[in-house]
Amino acid sequence: MELLAFGDTGWGDELFYATLMTIAVSITAMLIGFLFALIFTPLKLSKNKFLNLIANSYTTVIRGVPELLVIYLLFFGGTGAVMYVASIFGYNEYIEINAFITGAFSIGIISGAYSTEVFRGAIQSIDKGQFEAANVLGLNKFGKFFKIILPQTLRLAIPNLSNVWQITLKDTSLISVTGLVEIMRQSYIAAGSTRDPLFFYSFAAVLYLLLTFLSMKLINKLEVRYSRGY
Amino acid sequence: MDIELMVSSFPKLLGATVITLKLLSVSLVIGLFIGLIFAILRLNKNIFINRFAYGYSYIFRGTPLLVQIFIIYFGLGQIEYLRSTVLWVILKEPYWCAIIAFALNTGAYTSEILRSAFQTIKPGLIEAGKSLGISNKIIFYKIQIPIAIRQSLPAYGNEIILMMKGTSLASTVTLMDLTGVAKYIISTTFKPVEVFIVAGGIYLFMTFIIHNAIKYLEKKYSFN
Repeated sequence: MELLAFGDTGWGDELFYATLMTIAVSITAMLIGFLFALIFTPLKLSKNKFLNLIANSYTTVIRGVPELLVIYLLFFGGTGAVMYVASIFGYNEYIEINAFITGAFSIGIISGAYSTEVFRGAIQSIDKGQFEAANVLGLNKFGKFFKIILPQTLRLAIPNLSNVWQITLKDTSLISVTGLVEIMRQSYIAAGSTRDPLFFYSFAAVLYLLLTFLSMKLINKLEVRYSRGY
Repeated sequence: MDIELMVSSFPKLLGATVITLKLLSVSLVIGLFIGLIFAILRLNKNIFINRFAYGYSYIFRGTPLLVQIFIIYFGLGQIEYLRSTVLWVILKEPYWCAIIAFALNTGAYTSEILRSAFQTIKPGLIEAGKSLGISNKIIFYKIQIPIAIRQSLPAYGNEIILMMKGTSLASTVTLMDLTGVAKYIISTTFKPVEVFIVAGGIYLFMTFIIHNAIKYLEKKYSFN
């Protein structure tokens, strides 16, 4: 228990902040994923073959290639890509991208591919009559989407999105390879300096279990909320 | 775009693919066995056995695979007692540590897949077997297991693909699998895009093969 003490003698406070970091990265990645889903779901549902192809390549590649490989691509290639874009605008200094941004972005791309599939499935399973009814009521495009389609999509999507969240949360452990100090990285550091890897990695496992358990509780509440009326 | 690097790294990456495939196939076979045992335990009416099987799958599905590998590879070596037993022959090898972690992980997911498959078997099929005077044992082996396997094929196909991607974590415990070699080439040449295209292409090709193989099996064993 001394190992987990707060302050200079133990690793309690370090691990606590690392847990907060994991939560922060997971939420940011999930939101970035939603952003990707917002772009790619309409492309998937579009009737244009070319747009379909773009969206399908995105989801197929990301879901067929290991997460670690995607992280390495962005970790080693991210700086180069950003500097290239900056050089087009005439900025030639070295740019260092923060590990948090690289990490959240790479996990976000991965989580976005899964979210896209979930939203596509949810929208496709909404009854055609709902779209027609919205038209008959004379709602404009925004009203139709936000008042009729979106609430129903959310209800159908939440159970699957909770799976995406679990995947995203667990995937954040992989960005420890880029040096961002989240649970996994902090346990690695603590295990190295105390020579007690069994204890610290097991404790990391407990922290992850706690996070998945608590988030499931929260999501179940959301599910109940969005299923009102059914 | 450095085409030359892509061509020269292709054979190296292909060689590493052999290790990826070995890790995948060995852990899938062991994992399927573990999954089947735990699925049967989950259906047991004894609450302790039931809870034990549920706890196993909950822990392995609720924690990242990376943590599991690290506990087995770095953690277990710390126990003095283990170092003196025969088990140490296996546990000191990163290859076997990775396989143990993968097998336990995929076993947890497989047990959930098989359990839900067992539970969705129509009771009428079992009753039909009973009314024909077939013994419970034979009903289990000849009726329940074949139907459960057919039912779980689509979900199990996804699990195989997820596991294939999971084997990339072997590179974190010094194994030179496809991702390990890709990372090595990236960090020595600083050409991430080229290497990603080749390595990612190999992974995608494997995903494609697995996907179609499962589809073929699904069709072959479909009820209609």
